[in-house]
Amino acid sequence: MTVVDTPAVAGAVETTKISSHLHPEGSFDVADHPVPTGREEIWRFTPLKRLRGLHQEVPLDGGSFKVDVQPAAGVTAESVAADHELRGASGLVPHDRISARAWAASDAVFLVDVPAELATDEVTTIALSGTGNEVASAGHLVIRAGNFSRSTVVVRFEGTATFAENVEILVGDSADLTVVYLQDWADDAVHHSTQHAKVGRDATLKHVAISFGGDVVRNDTTAEYAGPGGSVEMLGLYFADEGQHIEHRLFVDHTAPNTKSHVTYKGALQGEGAHTVWIGNVLIRKVAEGIETYEENRNLVLTDGCQADSVPNLEIETGEIEGAGHASATGRFDDEQLFYLRSRGIEEDEARRLVVHGFFNDLIRKIGVPELEDKLTSTVETELAKNVLKGLPA
Amino acid sequence: MSTLEIKDLHVSVDTEDGAKEILKGVTLTIKDGETHAIMGPNGSGKSTLAYSVAGHPKYTVTSGSVTLDGEDVLAMTVDERARAGLFLAMQYPVEVPGVSVSNFLRTAKTAIDGEAPKLRTWVKDVNGTLERLNLDPTFAQRSVNEGFSGGEKKRHEIAQLELLDPKVAILDETDSGLDIDALKIVAEGVNRFTEDADKGVLLITHYTRILRYIKPDFVHVFVDGKVAEEGGPELADQLEAEGYDKYIQAAKSAAV
Repeated sequence: MTVVDTPAVAGAVETTKISSHLHPEGSFDVADHPVPTGREEIWRFTPLKRLRGLHQEVPLDGGSFKVDVQPAAGVTAESVAADHELRGASGLVPHDRISARAWAASDAVFLVDVPAELATDEVTTIALSGTGNEVASAGHLVIRAGNFSRSTVVVRFEGTATFAENVEILVGDSADLTVVYLQDWADDAVHHSTQHAKVGRDATLKHVAISFGGDVVRNDTTAEYAGPGGSVEMLGLYFADEGQHIEHRLFVDHTAPNTKSHVTYKGALQGEGAHTVWIGNVLIRKVAEGIETYEENRNLVLTDGCQADSVPNLEIETGEIEGAGHASATGRFDDEQLFYLRSRGIEEDEARRLVVHGFFNDLIRKIGVPELEDKLTSTVETELAKNVLKGLPA
Repeated sequence: MSTLEIKDLHVSVDTEDGAKEILKGVTLTIKDGETHAIMGPNGSGKSTLAYSVAGHPKYTVTSGSVTLDGEDVLAMTVDERARAGLFLAMQYPVEVPGVSVSNFLRTAKTAIDGEAPKLRTWVKDVNGTLERLNLDPTFAQRSVNEGFSGGEKKRHEIAQLELLDPKVAILDETDSGLDIDALKIVAEGVNRFTEDADKGVLLITHYTRILRYIKPDFVHVFVDGKVAEEGGPELADQLEAEGYDKYIQAAKSAAV
C-alpha cells in the first residue's frame, strides 16, 4: 500500500485514474492479498473450504493435463517462456490471492497468436484434460488477435484437476475475436479462472463461458478498452447440479468513449445444494461518453434446494451515454407455460424439456459457432435427463 | 361421433379468503355437429368453465362430471384431455420463448396423433393453414406467442385448432380484441373446422359480433356461474338488443 498526498479537491477534478468502488486496485505481490476468510465482498459467495487450498498456500506445481491443440491454419498455438513480452500486456493485475498465486507459480505461458489481418472461419481448439486433482496446478494463457483479424478460439476442459489460471485476451484494433470457454469437467474438479481482456479500437470481442461440470468453478472475467469504438459481448450458459458451485464474476470497465458491452448469462439449477453466483459489474468512466451497456442474468430453478445469487451493479461517472441498463430474474418453471403446452397434448416431461431448451436456445444461437451448437444442445439434454425428466412433482 | 357432457359442474378457486365457488352447477351437452355459444357478462364464470374442462390447476372441481364420449375427462391429466380430443383456444395464449411455432406445432401434432406427421404433407399443411389465416410463412420460425400482436395470437390459436383437429373445441373469447378483418379470418378458420360434420364447438364470447360469422345452434346465457337461459340463435339477437341487465337483476334478486 502506498500513501499519496492528494489535495482535497481532487475528487472534483477529472483525473485519468478513478478507482472503481466495484474493483479495488490489484497487485502482483501475493503478500498484498491475505488469505481470505470468506467475509470479504469478493469471496462472500464462494465455499472456500472446497477450493482445496488454492486460496491459501498449497503449492501450484502440478501439471497433470493432457493437452490437445488444433490451431486454425495461420494461427500459432504453443508454449512460450514465462517472461514473454505479451505476458501482462492485457493489463491484467491480480485482484485476488488465487490469481496472484497463479501468476507467481506459472513457469510458462501458452500463447495463441492470430496474425494481423488473418480472417478464418476455422476454429482453433485447445482441449485440456485433467488427470487428477490431488496436486494443484497453475496456468497462464494469452490469446492475441492481431489488428484486423477475425478468428475463433475454443478452450475446453475435461477430466479433473485443481487448477488456477490467468487468461489474457488481447484484441487488436478492428479485430473480431470469439473466445469460448467450455467447462465440461468431471464432478470433482476445482477451477479458478481469472480472465482479462483488452479490446482495441473498433474491435469486437465475443466472450462465451459455458460451465457444466466441476465441484467449484469460479470465473472472474474483466474487460477494458484500449480505444474508442470497441464492442464486447459476454455470453454465459451454466447448469449446476446437486452440490455444485458455479460462480461467474464479470466486470466491464468502460475506459473509452463510444464503446459497447452486452452481457447475457443464463443458468439452470437442479438438485440439493446446487449454487450459482452471477456478479455483473459495469463501470462507466467519465471519459466513456456515448457508450452503451446492457447486462442480463436469468436463472431457471428446476428443483427445490437450489440457490441462485444474482447481483448486477452499474457505476456511472458520466451521464453522456447512449444507454445503460441491467436485468436479473430467477424463477421456477412457469406453470402457465407448462399448462399451455400440455393443453396441446404434449406430455409433462416433454413440455418441461421444451421450456428449458427454449430458455437456452436463443443464447446457444448467439454463440455463432456451428460446431458447438449441436454439442451444447445435447449437453443440455443430458443434464435434463438427470433430474428434470423424472420424479418431479407435478 | 363425439359428445361432451358437462353435468352439474361446481368449480371453486382458492382466494385469500378461502375457496370461492365460481361455477354453481353447470349442465351442458355438446353433440357432434353442434356449435354452442356461451354468452354472459364479465365475471359470470365463462372462462372458468373453459379452463376447468381443459384442466387448469388453478381450478378445483368440487362436484359434477365432465365426460367425452362417456370417458371421465376430470380423471385425465391436462395432456390426456387434449389427446382425448379436447382443444382450448385461449383468451390469453402464453409465450414460450425459444420454442419455435414450427417445433411447437410438430411436437403437439406428434403427441396428439401418437406418431410424427409425414414430413412432406405436414409442411404443406402448416404452410397452407398459416396462409389461410393470413400469417406470413416466417411466422413458423418465431417463438411461440413471443412478440405476437393480439390478432396474431388468436390466429395462431385457430391454426392449432385446424392442424390438431380435435373432436371438441372450446374457444374462449377468441373474438375479443380483434378488428373486423381479423375476426372474419378467425371465423372462417372455425367454420372450416366445423365443415366436418362430427365436430363440436363451445364458443365463449362476451359480444354477439362473432355470431354474425359463426352460426350457433344453441345459445346459453351465463350469469353468476350458472346457465340462466337457453335457446336458439334468436336468443343472441335478443341479447344484442337488450343486453344482460335483465339476467343480472334476476340473479341478484334470486340471491337475496
